[in-house]
Amino acid sequence: MNPLLDAHIVVDRGTFRVDLPLRIEAGEVVALLGPNGAGKTTALRALAGLQPLSAGHVTLAGRNLDRTPTEHRPIGVVFQDYLLFPHLSALDNVAFGPRRHGVDRRAARRQAADWLTRVGLADLARHKPRQLSGGQAQRVALARALAVHPLLLLLDEPLAALDARTRLDTRAELHRHLGEHDGATLLVTHDPLDALVLADRLVIVEHGHVVQEGDAATITAQPRTDYVARLVGLNLYRGHASGYSVQVSDGFALTVADALHGEAFVAFPPSAVALHRHQPDGSPRNAWPATITGLQRHGDNLRVQLAGPVVVAADITPAAAAQLRLAPGEPVWAAVKATETRAYPAGTDAGAPAGGD
Amino acid sequence: MTRIDEHDVPARPDPAGPARRRAQRVPLALLVPAVLGLAFLVLPLAGLVIRAPWSALPERLTEPGVLTPLRLSLQTATTATLICLILGVPLAWLLARVEFPGRRVVRALVTVPLVLPPVVGGVALLLVFGRRGLLGEWLDATFGITLPFTTTGVVIAEAFVAMPFLIIAVEGALRGADARYEEAAATLGAGRWTTFTHVTLPLVAPGIAAGAVLCWARALGEFGATITFAGNFPGITQTMPLAVYLALETDLNAAIVLSLMLLGVSVTILAALRDKWISSP
Repeated sequence: MNPLLDAHIVVDRGTFRVDLPLRIEAGEVVALLGPNGAGKTTALRALAGLQPLSAGHVTLAGRNLDRTPTEHRPIGVVFQDYLLFPHLSALDNVAFGPRRHGVDRRAARRQAADWLTRVGLADLARHKPRQLSGGQAQRVALARALAVHPLLLLLDEPLAALDARTRLDTRAELHRHLGEHDGATLLVTHDPLDALVLADRLVIVEHGHVVQEGDAATITAQPRTDYVARLVGLNLYRGHASGYSVQVSDGFALTVADALHGEAFVAFPPSAVALHRHQPDGSPRNAWPATITGLQRHGDNLRVQLAGPVVVAADITPAAAAQLRLAPGEPVWAAVKATETRAYPAGTDAGAPAGGD
Repeated sequence: MTRIDEHDVPARPDPAGPARRRAQRVPLALLVPAVLGLAFLVLPLAGLVIRAPWSALPERLTEPGVLTPLRLSLQTATTATLICLILGVPLAWLLARVEFPGRRVVRALVTVPLVLPPVVGGVALLLVFGRRGLLGEWLDATFGITLPFTTTGVVIAEAFVAMPFLIIAVEGALRGADARYEEAAATLGAGRWTTFTHVTLPLVAPGIAAGAVLCWARALGEFGATITFAGNFPGITQTMPLAVYLALETDLNAAIVLSLMLLGVSVTILAALRDKWISSP
């Protein structure tokens, strides 16, 4: 079956080129996750018709939209700062879309009132956007985008403008509404938590290209770039595997639990790294001398940044840190058990399992 | 006199006390020219008020020689402003929102009437709309319409001189307004015209109001282009400024009364509009 959205977005912006294949099924929520400046918003604007394509195509429900102006595309957009019309009440903001789609004034207002009830803002219908809090404005923006029954819902950093507390509530709320939306949904974000909570599938973009694609479990277990590894909080190395040994830098190999051959990634969490004053003996198969370059609080623990044959982050308890008298510049031994590592092939094709063509 | 006005000093007790006030002292080199500038602007108006024949004023004000040009001035300035709004707002939109070749040239052309002496503008209007003018001859022959030396001619002269003020104000407002609201409107299914009427216009309404007020004030005071293109016929083309000028040659007191009248009406209307429209940009 063809996906609801089948797009190949190519936008040339001088030295920067966005080149993203993107397919989204009906009812599926896909997160476009990447660092700032990766081209995520450009891709979203291209799908909305606000940014012309240099090449490629956008097909939605079998209909080619390449030459369709924005106002005739069956889309809904929630903008980063919502862009609620400041001169209209919350109700009229939501009714704006239905009105433009030929619904008469009364029916449009009734629909808008229904949508505001759905997002829990029925009693704020008469308020102007400037009288709404950030979380409320976000929900009005969502209601406004959904009120036109879009086949494709686009959300640009929908939670970025909110404070931490509001964000938590709004994220849960948004999750519920996205679950009820039966069209395709594309969520653009640089926040991995938003992506993991809200999306069925993650597409990770760096420098305008897809670097990894898959469900949350696959991506968190097997990151393929430093950016993704940092997002999910893993140490990640790329090297050459022969059996249980992966050569990750000159003269330095990690022993792993999975036998592999050829290019491979090795990943392990910072909590798997043990620190010792002296060279440890016994079970850990990987041990190397390192120098502490930084210490930060990380939850209840301390995160220790280490330089050495490989750069690595280690999480240890404050008690252990005190016992080891850790300080920047101090030499220590780092150790990782082979059984706590994960090794997986770095073949280029495995990066996009959902591509399908 | 060397301290700034009390309004600018915080009303709550000032912990820093006199030291802080001294820090806000205005340099003399700025204060002296500022006060002179204010005097220069206010003294002529004060002169007008002081020299006014106050005792005879009530009966003078109701003379037809005062009321007729006043009514004509208000009518023509308002009509000219409406014309400027109908033609100028779309032109400002075009300049602010649409990329087209020669946009810079068009923008320069729009501002020409600003720097053109109004009398020259009047001559130019005669050359185009006069009975033998480029368009005027055709208008006369085809529709029997003559523009110069009519009330319509006054409106045309005023609109010609005042429209740049409106265009510049509205274009500035449009450039200052966030065009992404228009993108949001497009994603909701609004075409460009609907977006213009339902989103853009309300967003820049304060700017349009300010431009219209400027435009109206300029039209109300128009003299040079009007007298050149429309002449000075009482009841038909004699607006207040023309009446003041004419009265000055015969009856100084009449000129003062007319001037006071014009001053009072325009200040009152501007003040009323300012409170209503422009105070919150």
